[in-house]
Amino acid sequence: MLRLPGHSRTLYGLCRSFVNQASKRQQSLSTNGSAATSKVAIEPNTSKMSIFSGHIKGSITNTLEFVRPENITPLPIYQVLDSDGAVKDKSHEPHFTDDHLVKMYHDMTLLNVLDRILYESQRQGRISFYMTNFGEEATHIGSAAALNPKDLVYGQYREAGVLMYRGFKLHEFIDQCFGNARASCKGVQMPVHYGSTNLSFVTISSTLATQMPQAVGSAYAYKRAQNGLCVVCYFGEGAASEGDAHAALNFAATLEAPVIFFCRNNGYAISTTTIDQYRGDGIASRGPGYGMATIRVDGNDLFGVYNVTKAARELALSEMRPVLIEAMTLRVGHHSTSDDSSAYRSIDEVRTRDKRDNPIVRLRKYMTKRGCWDEEKEEKWTKDSQKMVMEAFANCEKSKRAPVTTMFENIFDKVEPHLQRQMKEMNEHIRQNPDHFPLALYEKSST
Amino acid sequence: FLRRNVAHFTFFKDQPDASLGATKEMNLCQTIQNSLDITLGNDNTAIVFGEDVAFGGVFRCTTELRSKYGADRVFNTPLCEQGIIGFGIGAAVAGATAIAEIQFADYIFPAYDQIVNEAAKYRYRSQNLFNCGKLTIRAPWGAVGHGALYHSQSPEAQFMHTPGIKVVIPRSAIEAKGLLISCIKDDNPCIFFEPKILYRSAKEDVPIKEYTIPLSKAQIIQEGSDVTLLSWGTQVHVIREVAQMAAKENISCEVIDLRTIVPWDVDTICQSVSKTGRLLISHEAPVTGGVGAEIAATVAKECFLNLEAPVERVCGYDIHPIPHVFEPFYFPSKWRCLDAIKRMMNF
Repeated sequence: MLRLPGHSRTLYGLCRSFVNQASKRQQSLSTNGSAATSKVAIEPNTSKMSIFSGHIKGSITNTLEFVRPENITPLPIYQVLDSDGAVKDKSHEPHFTDDHLVKMYHDMTLLNVLDRILYESQRQGRISFYMTNFGEEATHIGSAAALNPKDLVYGQYREAGVLMYRGFKLHEFIDQCFGNARASCKGVQMPVHYGSTNLSFVTISSTLATQMPQAVGSAYAYKRAQNGLCVVCYFGEGAASEGDAHAALNFAATLEAPVIFFCRNNGYAISTTTIDQYRGDGIASRGPGYGMATIRVDGNDLFGVYNVTKAARELALSEMRPVLIEAMTLRVGHHSTSDDSSAYRSIDEVRTRDKRDNPIVRLRKYMTKRGCWDEEKEEKWTKDSQKMVMEAFANCEKSKRAPVTTMFENIFDKVEPHLQRQMKEMNEHIRQNPDHFPLALYEKSST
Repeated sequence: FLRRNVAHFTFFKDQPDASLGATKEMNLCQTIQNSLDITLGNDNTAIVFGEDVAFGGVFRCTTELRSKYGADRVFNTPLCEQGIIGFGIGAAVAGATAIAEIQFADYIFPAYDQIVNEAAKYRYRSQNLFNCGKLTIRAPWGAVGHGALYHSQSPEAQFMHTPGIKVVIPRSAIEAKGLLISCIKDDNPCIFFEPKILYRSAKEDVPIKEYTIPLSKAQIIQEGSDVTLLSWGTQVHVIREVAQMAAKENISCEVIDLRTIVPWDVDTICQSVSKTGRLLISHEAPVTGGVGAEIAATVAKECFLNLEAPVERVCGYDIHPIPHVFEPFYFPSKWRCLDAIKRMMNF
């Protein structure tokens, strides 16, 4: 038997150090005292609070007074373009050309047409699932317009307008919803889980808020690469309740990552209204708590969203720190095609609110006043856009799905031996039982 | 007189591969530091982060790296495991080599969602538009003598059930360096579990230069003809001693270190069992749903005609690993393993 000299002593040493380390976890929660860190001198701090924590600047008080959130003034909502399509303070009016305005209007309305046609196609059972973007078009287009097209975007699932602005083609949206061979994810994910490397749009996943700490990691890598780009992370106010949201905001602040957190606060997380989601002043009020520059904006105002995103980008990159934007808006549509929102809210009320103030209508009013849009153009575009979507839809509906063996690929970088065996098993099973499978829908396997 | 903390194993040193050149005596902890040092030196995108890694880590696996490579490359994160892994995935997606530390494998569960739903599925769900192959997660693992419920766990089976990640566990300092560097270079997210009881006790002559040991390849440490003994991590040393004990009773054991838990080396294991006709799998984690169950089922199917006895699993009991003062009774000890071998021989 090989027993190393001094073995038991080494082991004892390990045990002792292990006890120190194990208890450190608790210690790190209270003070910074630890045997293991004793080499690090505690910074002398002349402030009255130095005995507590070096980063708290508060002074001693003899008044016993709780901070009550209801006594704090809610953060204001920045607005440029009001619901009548008027700009009150001309100094805040962004300098868009007529062509750029028309492009943004086209993107918002084309997304709207695409939403209506895909929503209806789901109702007819032609695609399995869909989520519309009704009422939130300005948050997508306004923010996308303010970014560098190479800035990396992490989304939740209701940000298709960002892709639309960046040039994702109609067939790319529709192919993904059908799960065709041409689709970005070759049909492995549910509809609306888009992704594009060319357009720097990270593939959507269903898990809420998981993209948030990931966006921070990417932003940190971008900072180190000094590529002049930032990362933008979209999420809903419901997702902001997830633990990952907390992780992300805190990591972004302490690791000084150039990331813009863009919260779409549309009032609902499926059926849950914000009163059941949080009791603070929305999501924006959390920003300062994490030490983060923060702003709240009218999400139905394309110009307001554009201005804050542009400024946030400049701030994030020039100061290498995260920024939080909360865009206030309204989820006009159902949560998804699996949801009938009349079960928990009045459809009439939503319609009334949408009629009173819709981001597309607001922009149209402005463009009409400015003279770069009129009834004739509207009528022609309505027809053209519907035709474009219908044609793309018909084309995509005819396309086949990827070969069945695709499902074994990209689990790892290579098809590992156990997966090769399982793929063979499946192929053999299909060969012997072809009638039990909808093979006509799929392209033929090359293997 | 009863010692409170008697090691349940004896560390077996290996000879370094002579072709790898000069060696230096290092323990497992030092080889981890050495592997990270080499990686940070070769790859400017590489970052090392986690709780308390900046000052050198609570187990001293990251000592001196911050001063050598800079505070932007070796840094502390807030105390939040789901954040650490989410952050690491994002850094990897953006092209950085991300080496994340979870302070104890027991605390990996807050990051379970990020690992299982995100890291593991990233390449698949985007069909390789995006991937986080450059992510490696390191975590101290396994029993340590007195770690109780939350400083002792061996959660590899929890991850074996997740397609898309690789799980690797070394048994020694030499192995740790080659396997960790392979994990870091591998283009898939990897979890590297470090048997923390070996951090200081596993001291051997480790090649100084960079080298790799292939993933998904088990290693036959000792050839034998009567029984195949299979394990990984610290438990490999237990079964090596068991093989010596069995030899005294004229039972010839083939000892195999699985090394990579998933995707595991089916061929090496099945070939060995086809030869010996008997298999004993031993691991510290609880028996039900453990890695041993997967291997036993596969071997039962692939080697049905060669098996002379039922596959034996000598593992932790189905209780929370590891109840503090009861640790000596929890272990799949050499005596329990030897009993199982006798059962198989007499079957």
